[in-house]
Amino acid sequence: MAKVKKHRIAIIGGGLSGLMAALKVCEAGSEAWIFSYCPYKRSHSLCAQGGMNACMDTKGEHDSIYEHFDDTVYGGDFLADQQAVKGMCEAAPELVRMFDRMGVPFTRTAEGVLDLRNFGGQKNKRTVFAGSTTGQQLLYALDEQVRKWEAKGMVKSFVFWEFLEIIKNKEGVCRGMVAQNMNSMEIKAFAADAVILATGGPGQVFGRCTASTICNGSAVSRVYQQGAHIGNPEFIQIHPTAIPGSDKNRLMSEACRGEGGRIWVYKDGKPWYFLEEMFPAYGNLVPRDVASRAIYDVCVNQHLGVDGENKVYLDLSHISAEYLERKLGGILEMYSEFMGKDPRKVPMEIYPSVHYSMGGIWVDRKHFTNIPGLLASGECDYQYHGANRLGANSLLSAAYSGTVSGPAAIDWANTGERGSELTEEELEAARQRCVDEFEKIVNMNGTENAHELHQELGELMNKYVTIERVNKDLDYCFEEVKKILKRWDNIGVTDHGHWANQEAMFVRQLRNMILYALVVTKAARMRDESRGAHYKREFPNRDDEKFMKITIADYDPNTEEPIITYEDFDHSLIKPRSRNYAVAKKE
Amino acid sequence: MAEQKFVTFVIERQDGPDSKPYTQEFDVPYRPSLNVVAALMEIQKNPVTRDGKKVAPVVWECNCLEKVCGACMMVINGKAQQACCALIDNLKWPIHLAPARTFPVIRDLLIDRTVMFESLKRIQGWINVDGTWKVHEAPRQNPYTAATAYEISHCMTCGCCLEACPNVGPQSDFIGPAPLAQAYLFNINPTGQYDEEQRLNVLMEKGGITSCGNSQNCVEACPKGIKLTTYIAQLNRDVNKQALRNIFNH
Repeated sequence: MAKVKKHRIAIIGGGLSGLMAALKVCEAGSEAWIFSYCPYKRSHSLCAQGGMNACMDTKGEHDSIYEHFDDTVYGGDFLADQQAVKGMCEAAPELVRMFDRMGVPFTRTAEGVLDLRNFGGQKNKRTVFAGSTTGQQLLYALDEQVRKWEAKGMVKSFVFWEFLEIIKNKEGVCRGMVAQNMNSMEIKAFAADAVILATGGPGQVFGRCTASTICNGSAVSRVYQQGAHIGNPEFIQIHPTAIPGSDKNRLMSEACRGEGGRIWVYKDGKPWYFLEEMFPAYGNLVPRDVASRAIYDVCVNQHLGVDGENKVYLDLSHISAEYLERKLGGILEMYSEFMGKDPRKVPMEIYPSVHYSMGGIWVDRKHFTNIPGLLASGECDYQYHGANRLGANSLLSAAYSGTVSGPAAIDWANTGERGSELTEEELEAARQRCVDEFEKIVNMNGTENAHELHQELGELMNKYVTIERVNKDLDYCFEEVKKILKRWDNIGVTDHGHWANQEAMFVRQLRNMILYALVVTKAARMRDESRGAHYKREFPNRDDEKFMKITIADYDPNTEEPIITYEDFDHSLIKPRSRNYAVAKKE
Repeated sequence: MAEQKFVTFVIERQDGPDSKPYTQEFDVPYRPSLNVVAALMEIQKNPVTRDGKKVAPVVWECNCLEKVCGACMMVINGKAQQACCALIDNLKWPIHLAPARTFPVIRDLLIDRTVMFESLKRIQGWINVDGTWKVHEAPRQNPYTAATAYEISHCMTCGCCLEACPNVGPQSDFIGPAPLAQAYLFNINPTGQYDEEQRLNVLMEKGGITSCGNSQNCVEACPKGIKLTTYIAQLNRDVNKQALRNIFNH
């Protein structure tokens, strides 16, 4: 038997994609070194509630993989690489079987097979689910499998370590990375045969959002500053149904509508089911961008929000309590807990919130970035969702992309042109650079508070770069974010210590967030059309002639601003057609 | 305009693992549906104590703020719970915050729960699949058993049950309620049951299920409402049966 060469693959992030990649790396006989902000089972993948799409076709509806593929491309307003999407849809049923074998407690039918539910932008029942905590259950399954490999010595866990930057050799190939222990503050350089970034979305750039506090996009921003392309950053998904909160907007799953929930407000004293009226073919199950814009219009332009505020009803009270408990238990309990009202009896009050980034690090179909030796997968990459993501496609793309990036990293380690190994001096130089940066932050003595500054950044981004975008507002926002970047220099920290200094780490993350905010804002400003989640009243239509292209953002070290260009992509399989959810989809 | 109301927090702080604990008090502007994490975030923005001293912001751990990640467990007014869903309106003021001292304190409210994850290794908390590749159809499952598995699989390794258990602590090596329930979870899975014997044998060892004193605190403390005592009792029967099998098979 040929001897398998044992490589070391560094994986940043212990969510669904990172863990999936790690399993593939271990199965190929190599070591996975996983760096994570938290124990893996606390990663943000667990907040996904509703389910995962896969054509299981067990409901007598003649669902097909092609239909899943077409729904995803159509839902994404034709901005996704169609070959990549096709690969994902084809792999989905087998991935579900893998999770099932790993013991995910999926919700089952009377006969003991996996139940399916409806989800937005799809006519067939295609979403497998575990109650309303599907992400939690999928993440736990992979966490358990990774623990098995850890017990065997193939996974080395760096839990509570923060990724700081990648290290390139003199040929420009990524051969390692620097990370910091979040308790001891020790900064260390690591050599690796490939680095996979699986760090999730940048929700915290918008302050209030549905994301976890750890979803700050800091790592993505840092590799962008080190030369990685960002793809389609302007496409930020606004989820239509979240519970507004002062600390975070808590997601209320699309599964509520999948299981029969209705959206309404009072109009002329009577309930007005406006989604059902505006979009007769899909009703409450229109895709998220469409639903969010309608809710925004009803509240902001027509002033019909609940009690005159920016809120609408999401109503489940007509559905039997037993059915709701079985299908949606966990999240109804969450609503009761945080809002003090029982959604089985009264309609919930919800409003759209920043939720997911379709854009991210540019990758090819094997999840290689433009920096050799660096890969990216999961929400932090830009693949699969185009201009808008369908509900229940995120767990799928997170898991699937890990099954691609893991083996691709091994391929690269075996056969890639990796150039020279990092020398001790190069490793030390990279480490020292990060130490110097950290020491500078620990000693900052200005007058600004980093958390106050973060709140201001979030308010700006939420106001100007979400549901409806206006060019002159985007110009204003861009200048304001630049001012925040300047004010960052004048931050003062109260904690000057070297033990679990969360404040200093946050200051460092904040700078990365501000630079990423510039990327999102600039890309939104430049795209003069409306497509998927990106909507401009000044340019209400999709403009395929000019903008059937992916946005590429590159960091300009001189101005610290992004340079925006456009690139062609593969849309050869399904011919673009106009997207209209008022009528049934035509192929 | 009505005068701004403030809620006082009395926080037990500690600069490092070996430092002496001390308390500091903070006033946070009240707003309806404020929770403990949101209040700690306010302190980050203005880390000044009630007596006007500027101090380092309080250190704690949190991620999801939806009571699903388990990170923000701390002792609030004497009870171990998740800080993100501890609403100010439901708590007695002033509000006392302390780290869960069943676990080593890293700093302030930040604790080290490594032992819980190590316990999951000890009980072989996984389904022993051949690989991630295509193997066969997954076994069908009784939907009622699957519903039980779903309930237990909500355990977020937060540590409330260990903090509440009188038998977990420096005086004993008891593995604690959460890992026991997890062992039961894997034992009721159609594939996981193949390794049931190994899991049960581990739980016969020192610090295993016999260290459970049946105080029933865990089931009260579990923020996910997992019927811990029910599953531990079931597991105890399985361990006893296995012990008998071990004797007769010798």
